[in-house]
Amino acid sequence: MTLSDNPIGASYIYLLEPEIRFLEAAVEHLIPTDELGPGARDAGVVVYIDRTLASTWGVHGRQYRGGPWLAGTPQQGYQSRFTPQEVYRIAIREINQHCKAGFDRPFAQLAGDRQLHLIEQLEKDEIAMPSLSSKFFFDLLWRNTEEGYFADPLYGGNRDKVGWKLLGFPGVPSGQYRHLVTSHEPYFAEPVSVLDIQTGKVAVDAEGFPKHVIIKRNGNGER
Amino acid sequence: MSVTKLKSVDVVVVGSGVVGSIMSMELASAGMSVVCLERGKQFDINTDFQKPNVYDELKFDRHSDIFQNLARDTITFRNNDSQTALPMREMGAFKPGEMVGGTAAHWGGNARRFLPHDFEMRSRIAERYGQSFIPGDCNLQDWGVTWDEIEPYYDQFEEIFGVGGKAGNLDGEIQAGGNPHEGPRSREYPNPPTRRTHEGALFAEAVSSLGYVPFQGPTAAMTQDYRNLYRVQMLECARGGFCSSHVCAQGAKANPLTSVLPALTRLPNFELRPLCNVLRVNTDSTGMKATGVTYIDARGNEVEQPADIVILGAYCFSNTRLLLLSGIGTPYDPLTGKGVVGRNYSYQQGGSVHVFFDDREFNPFIGGGQVNTSIDEFNGDLIDRGPLGFIGGAYVNTSTSGATPIKGKRVPPGTPRWGGEWKKAVAQYYRRNMTISIHASCLSYQHNYLDLDPTYKDAYGLPLLRMTFDWNDNELRMMKYLNERCIEIGRALNGSRLGGTNKGTHFGITGYQSTHNVGGAVMGTDPSTSAVNKYLQSWDVSNLFVVGGSAFPQNPANGPTETIGMLACWAADAIKDYVRNPVSLV
Repeated sequence: MTLSDNPIGASYIYLLEPEIRFLEAAVEHLIPTDELGPGARDAGVVVYIDRTLASTWGVHGRQYRGGPWLAGTPQQGYQSRFTPQEVYRIAIREINQHCKAGFDRPFAQLAGDRQLHLIEQLEKDEIAMPSLSSKFFFDLLWRNTEEGYFADPLYGGNRDKVGWKLLGFPGVPSGQYRHLVTSHEPYFAEPVSVLDIQTGKVAVDAEGFPKHVIIKRNGNGER
Repeated sequence: MSVTKLKSVDVVVVGSGVVGSIMSMELASAGMSVVCLERGKQFDINTDFQKPNVYDELKFDRHSDIFQNLARDTITFRNNDSQTALPMREMGAFKPGEMVGGTAAHWGGNARRFLPHDFEMRSRIAERYGQSFIPGDCNLQDWGVTWDEIEPYYDQFEEIFGVGGKAGNLDGEIQAGGNPHEGPRSREYPNPPTRRTHEGALFAEAVSSLGYVPFQGPTAAMTQDYRNLYRVQMLECARGGFCSSHVCAQGAKANPLTSVLPALTRLPNFELRPLCNVLRVNTDSTGMKATGVTYIDARGNEVEQPADIVILGAYCFSNTRLLLLSGIGTPYDPLTGKGVVGRNYSYQQGGSVHVFFDDREFNPFIGGGQVNTSIDEFNGDLIDRGPLGFIGGAYVNTSTSGATPIKGKRVPPGTPRWGGEWKKAVAQYYRRNMTISIHASCLSYQHNYLDLDPTYKDAYGLPLLRMTFDWNDNELRMMKYLNERCIEIGRALNGSRLGGTNKGTHFGITGYQSTHNVGGAVMGTDPSTSAVNKYLQSWDVSNLFVVGGSAFPQNPANGPTETIGMLACWAADAIKDYVRNPVSLV
């Protein structure tokens, strides 16, 4: 499978070079490239993370930001003083410092199995970082990675709709669904994104629904 | 700051959701001058929620600007009195709305009536099992209304929201195809039921083999083109998913924007004021008459709107908080059990069993609008609770709500959370699983309540509402029983694997559960245990009506919206009587 050129993949608004390198390596472990298709790196997840950090969410524009800031219980949810922008900047620097202290190199330049082990340690909160919990950062990174891989390509990730092809999710619904509600036959169509329609790659009918191109499958159910 | 005092109106309504829109419509249609104040923005259903942009899971489910803006106002939360409550900084377990149309603008369309049992729960439980069966710390209460009184108002609401379904009980006669355990209906649903999906057909077969009676759960997404009681036209649902959390691009999901406001905004004696944040209800020197409300308008000015009648028709949190901020009614004290405002806050229990197949593929993205196949045998008090040792129940269903790719994936238990094995599992099972959902009740307890937070403030410098809430043994016992029953159903479905989710021992504010928060200003017959009487009229201030989920003394299993709409119709009718003779209605 080849990835088409996506001009929004070329630029970064918030992330800095060492952060991009860190994230390209890290997200590829979270959703790896394999025989099922591209992983998170090639799906543009780092571009997605950059965009989401530069958005209202990245500065917690609609989240409550008043103090005092206390640690709280797990049941009380997000209580960090840091916005997502700050969490990424602080955490990546501190993880790279941890890597340099232990292995003389930043995370992105370590061997793959070493990287994988470090990510497992982050998730288990086993890496002592000066400013925040490694599990807290991992949970945010995984949440954003999953979003980037499966959100509409409009946001810079899920390039070529690889996340949707992996699932068999057809994206923007067809006007035919109302006739297929009771069907016991699996429905497979080339996915259509909001981006496809906005950029004129897929036309819509009078109601505003796209026409789906049905994927024919062989007798084994394989595409 | 100088306060602008406006000309008095007959009625001022706080909130433009299900309650605010319907009560405004009913009272303005009866000739009263009505002003409706809404903290959120005005949206144009024809341009703000166009295709294809509405089919955007990230925007509407994760980064929504139609949910409450927590930067301005949130709640604080703790599990119990020994903890310090901390602000809900991001949206998680529930998602109250903030827009013209309210929370219902993004609801899922689950339009179920409660059961006759639910309104008289304390009396009926005590009669069947004895008072001692009720946990000592449980504030189980009757609502003060009976089924026969409120049934016509359920009927009215269903004519407004175009509910689709098949009656299971018409005037006491059990009907094939419907829910045989529902309360008697005076007539059929205004629209036909949904059609059964592949998953629904499998579920129906499995539950039938276990002796349960499957039916298509009612829905407020149109099952055909429909013109409602207010002569507003709605289109048939296209079953494209993107339903709950989203506003429907097809205009097929009944909500205030599609079902009420098009007719309401044409009335010359009605005025809607968006972006107006109400700070308090004003009272006269006796404290027994409301004189109107004070709010901050869109330009930041403080404005007083005098009115003969004040209706609080906002979300359960805002209704309760406005009473506390206005000093109306005695705040609840959990140590003494005295006081009523903030008392009997409750939520919703639930869980699910996932069935994974290797030999079946579904179309989980086709659906939405509450296409579901349900059973009601575990609801209400049908099965003898004596040997089971708990009060409450659930409806159980399989629903095809339109599985979206970020949050709608299920993987078998034991699958790693990320990595190559996880990727293989989501690819294998996104289309090869179905969910048996448990939508369960939750009783009210002495130690679960709402009050004003001592520390944290909103953008106007006013105290946030504080929620103190945790699960209780009765509900945990109930969920254990319900899970066991649903695993039996799961086994009868003959999948290759079973999985499940439940809420855990302690309530947590992260991870979406349901926007079914209730109580805090409950209705009843006794002013020492309720904030409003059976007509939703304040016991303390007779021209103040507090209507919504805030009035539920505890939370039955079925979704709250239909009953909130019914109470709006019921209270509006009572106000028409009140206007003729403005005294306490009881």
